[in-house]
Amino acid sequence: MSDHDHDDGDHQQAPPSDLALRVAALESLLVEKGLVDPAALDALVDTYEHRIGPRNGAKVVARAWVDPAYKTRLLNDATAAIAELGFGGLQGEHMVAVENTPQVHNLVVCTLCSCYPLPILGLPPVWYKSAPYRSRAVLDPRGVLEELGLTLAPETEIRVWDSTAEIRYLVVPERPAGTEHLSEDQLAELVTRDSMIGAARATPPKPKPKDPA
Amino acid sequence: MNGVHDMGGMHGMGPIQPEHDEPVFHAHWEGRVFAMVRAMGAWGKWNIDASRHQRELIPPAEYLRMSYYEKWLAGLLELMVKNGLLTRAEIATGRASPTAPPKAQPALPAEKVAPFTAKGSPANRATRGAPLFRQGDAIRTRNINPVGHTRLPRYARAKRGVIDRVHGTFVFPDTNASFQGENPQPLYSVRFGARELWGEQAADRDCVYIDLWESYLEHCDANNNTS
Repeated sequence: MSDHDHDDGDHQQAPPSDLALRVAALESLLVEKGLVDPAALDALVDTYEHRIGPRNGAKVVARAWVDPAYKTRLLNDATAAIAELGFGGLQGEHMVAVENTPQVHNLVVCTLCSCYPLPILGLPPVWYKSAPYRSRAVLDPRGVLEELGLTLAPETEIRVWDSTAEIRYLVVPERPAGTEHLSEDQLAELVTRDSMIGAARATPPKPKPKDPA
Repeated sequence: MNGVHDMGGMHGMGPIQPEHDEPVFHAHWEGRVFAMVRAMGAWGKWNIDASRHQRELIPPAEYLRMSYYEKWLAGLLELMVKNGLLTRAEIATGRASPTAPPKAQPALPAEKVAPFTAKGSPANRATRGAPLFRQGDAIRTRNINPVGHTRLPRYARAKRGVIDRVHGTFVFPDTNASFQGENPQPLYSVRFGARELWGEQAADRDCVYIDLWESYLEHCDANNNTS
């Protein structure tokens, strides 16, 4: 099959051409039978390639950083608070938000499949769906985070959330230091996808250009 | 089922491989498979739990070899055949059978994609009666090994935990996956100490939260002094 096999089998960059052909043949068969509308397939792909993604979640986190009342609502009823910003729906019908602090670090996984909060993060990255992450995130979260480039203090409490039901989890990362002067939109740019899974911190702000080197 | 999909706690799966600037889909066909799964789901012939279970039924060696959307494709084909939407002959030839029913109207037309995505399919149901457990209750998970679908991972069976929150009443996947009814039950977030799950090698203060249905749980007498 593919010219490079990774350990997890999920990192396929050059699919066998017969797979692409099989999928194309299946689509034309389903269209011939009137079972799918090809324009609906286009719209679904477009939705997750261009309309729904982690910028949605970043807006939620930035709002929580600047508005304490919003953060309280988010932590108490995430589904409703996220809906205030216009996000929700498929695979985000029931949301819970958990907050990272200097003492507590949260990390989200789905050991059984690939559950992920689609309306605010879009479709999950390959590593999140892969066997290495699904197997070890619950067993050795500190090691997994090290592997992903995040070293936590030994005294930090790690809380891993295994998404086994239809509840979807959003991690609210810590607001980076030195961001007091930033607007909500500028703050949202610091909120990465991985920071909302708990796999990274939010991006530190760029140093002010006037600072002497 | 005690399948290879139930990966929590396994070793030997290799390093995690994050990808810089990862595309949403790595090939055109991946997006088409994703979209076909959603569009075919709209026929209402199966449900999300049955769909997950179908992917769990992929033989273990194949499951580990296949890429993510290959698994989705394999699961979709089986569900369509089982539910009479396609025949294996049609899949093999790529042509509708001469005896197939007249051309259908797609269940998910393009104009319904946006409302379908925005609305979703909530899995909560009306609550009947009080939940058996309350926040702070000590529980033990049952030691069950069903051959069918379950959302109680192997690593969390026969373990002691504490109810962290009550989510409400939710469709029970174990019966819904096999079309034996939604049988809604209270769903809880349960906190397990990492050492309860993994022993002394785990950090004392770390914990794992798992969403578990009421019938997976029993009162834990050993810790019952919390009430």
